Amino acid sequence: MNILYDERVDGILPDVDKAVLLQTLQARLPDLEVLHQREELKPYECDGLSAYRTTPLLVVLPRYLNEVQGVLRICHELRVPVVARGAGTGLSGGALPLEKGVLLVMARFNNILHIDPAARTARVQPGVRNLAISQAAAPFGLYYAPDPSSQIACSIGGNVAENAGGVHCLKYGLTVHNLLKVEILTVDGEHLTLGSEALDSPGFDLLALFTGSEGMLGVITEVTVKLLPKPQTAKVLLAAFDSVEKAGRAVGDIIAAGIIPGGLEMMDNLAIRAAEDFIHAGYPVDAEAILLCELDGVEADVHDDCNLVRQVLEQAGATEVRQARDEAERVRFWAGRKNAFPAVGRLSPDYYCMDGTIPRRELPGVLQAIAALSAEYELRVANVFHAGDGNMHPLILFDANQPGELDRAEALGGKILELCVKVGGSITGEHGVGREKINQMCAQFNSDELTLFHAVKAAFDPSGLLNPGKNIPTLHRCAEFGAMHVHMGQLPFPELERF
Amino acid sequence: MRTAHDIDDSAVLLEQVNQALAYATPLRIQGSNSKLFLGRTVAGEILDTRSHRGIVSYDPTELVITARCGTPLSELAHVLDAAQQMLPCEPPAFGDATVGGMIACGLSGPRRPWSGSVRDYVLGTRVITGHGKHLRFGGEVMKNVAGYDLSRLMAGSYGSLGVVTEVSLKVLPKPRQCLSISLEIDADRALLRLAEWGQQPLPISAACHDGQRLHLRLEGGAGSVAAAHERLGGELLDSSFWTDLNEHQLAFFDEDQPLWRLSLPNNTPGLALPGRQLIDWGGAQRWLKSDADAAFVRNVVAEVGGHATCYSHGLIDSPFQPLPDALMRYHRTLKQQLDPRGIFNPGRLYAEL
Repeated sequence: MNILYDERVDGILPDVDKAVLLQTLQARLPDLEVLHQREELKPYECDGLSAYRTTPLLVVLPRYLNEVQGVLRICHELRVPVVARGAGTGLSGGALPLEKGVLLVMARFNNILHIDPAARTARVQPGVRNLAISQAAAPFGLYYAPDPSSQIACSIGGNVAENAGGVHCLKYGLTVHNLLKVEILTVDGEHLTLGSEALDSPGFDLLALFTGSEGMLGVITEVTVKLLPKPQTAKVLLAAFDSVEKAGRAVGDIIAAGIIPGGLEMMDNLAIRAAEDFIHAGYPVDAEAILLCELDGVEADVHDDCNLVRQVLEQAGATEVRQARDEAERVRFWAGRKNAFPAVGRLSPDYYCMDGTIPRRELPGVLQAIAALSAEYELRVANVFHAGDGNMHPLILFDANQPGELDRAEALGGKILELCVKVGGSITGEHGVGREKINQMCAQFNSDELTLFHAVKAAFDPSGLLNPGKNIPTLHRCAEFGAMHVHMGQLPFPELERF
Repeated sequence: MRTAHDIDDSAVLLEQVNQALAYATPLRIQGSNSKLFLGRTVAGEILDTRSHRGIVSYDPTELVITARCGTPLSELAHVLDAAQQMLPCEPPAFGDATVGGMIACGLSGPRRPWSGSVRDYVLGTRVITGHGKHLRFGGEVMKNVAGYDLSRLMAGSYGSLGVVTEVSLKVLPKPRQCLSISLEIDADRALLRLAEWGQQPLPISAACHDGQRLHLRLEGGAGSVAAAHERLGGELLDSSFWTDLNEHQLAFFDEDQPLWRLSLPNNTPGLALPGRQLIDWGGAQRWLKSDADAAFVRNVVAEVGGHATCYSHGLIDSPFQPLPDALMRYHRTLKQQLDPRGIFNPGRLYAEL
């Protein structure tokens, strides 16, 4: 079932007179940069989910807040949908444009407004890159903890919109745990402050509600994040296993020993070999699985933790445990993991990255089921896994030029996500729903739950003009999706509620 | 883990909500009533959550515990304790608080600035909604960004958006070492030192100045705690101090004057307000015992970017700091969407909600 906006099931969008809109924008916001020629629009037709493309009606690139406000007011008056976009690195199509909508690019708001070392906060514009915050804070011995693998490129506004994660979430939390305050503009351009510089604020926790709301409730115009003191030291252990199950059990054993690693990552054999060919990180290429366990903090504690974890890993049946001898080797160990996606990309013309989460105890069964699905759909799957927090990134290898392969990859991906839901997990841990997982939302939530989500949307955007079609599917779409599954054979999980 | 008290009473709670919806009867949702003094008085039929209790699941290696709303916090703490784990945000019990009340009020203890708040540990909830449905949001996994985050929205909403019947919480292993010390230093200097220490990787997990002395809790591995103790010096302090602080059982809280909670940016200098103050959360939370006028307290606090909550019940009509007009408007539309008949704790947070 196609995921591009389909008015038949996603709702009718207002028809927009492009000439009138362009004229109005130019007349009322003469300094606003507006792209409207076909060739200018081309670079904006997708975000990080590049398999899906739609040419936006117009692209606006504001430099000043009053321009953002002006764009929102005009679009609200003329009933034009607005899709906000940061750096465009999102992997779920959250910033996928609409043919009948304006793409509001916030990338030019890229100033760090204030770093306050005594308060341990950074106040930044939404287009500031994630890594740039940590770089600006570094002279004070501070950093911003969430580190999605796109951190050199992704912007903080997008991080808030998607509640971005990274490899250090188990210990340091997601974006939502590291925010103090956001400034937003509502669909009709009204300014609201959510959160505050204090640790809590009166009223409902709208900061939590907006974090991860995928541009559906408002447009983020400023973000205040918490900074943390940089850990004194970080050490990494690499453990090899002759079975994925043993590696999975070792993860539970580390936690049971009372240790919360800074990072705890697993890769399967296909991912190990791909990463090793690409980065030469020194990974054991004949291992069925490796674990990377980073321990950070004060020197003495890290030393004790390393010894304890080494013991646990050995008892769990690791065939080899290595500690990075120096900082260079630690960085190399991580480089293999952080480049796992492009490394796997070298094995295949295209790959499709999934983002399901599962309770960790379900890992062996889920990996077996993925292997079975991989055989059934005749597509290879490499597994990269934030093992500490149960977030899996199976990478499905395919060739879009082979007829039918993209469809098969999509179908396989859908099955994997439904499997995650079945074992008590979620269809998305950190990439967001966007358009990509819009159909799988129908497997995770029932119609009453989706109806309540639509009610939340209606509280902030009754006209439905902000990023229509993303995050929450219409009941109509779910009915069609459910019907299609039935039509093609058996329902995948008959015990799940359908409508 | 199951005890004789474990009862799934959600059908009864749902039935009561549906009755209330049918007749538009306001409900006053209560657990043990331990935080009745917070917020405005609700006139309504009592919905007692305590019949729906018990720990639904707990697997220490998954770091997740799921409990029904009526489960006493003491029972939760007992079960976690047995597995050497804890709920790091240290919600106060104020007697016999329940899990549901902990979520509804969202109060966190001394570790909050370092560990995060109650809301930060919420992974998923089951909620009886204003449409008479029993729904599930979030889940039992650490990372989950599917749909809007209604679970965390419930934390601190004082029951005005729905009845939370069950919650899944992230838990963590207890620190291997814990040591409390107290230093002879005045409040202003203590605040300066705390701002300085905050930028360093010190294992501080609680910091309170009681007017005379700075009390610190150090938690971590044996090495870091010993090193920090050696560096900071001070006298050893009994760890029961933190429980007394959290439960408002220090002598400071006994005085007869009204009690205010001030929530402030964490590097706020000493505030000149009449009455006595006790600094917690490394400066980000201050308790004020004062007869000062509410508007005066709030102006002083708002000036520095904070807000003030009145903890003395009935003293003023709006114990929570009033919201700016635009923000209140969105609070109202959200309340109307999620509780269209206005049955859940009407007026508890604000008269308009």
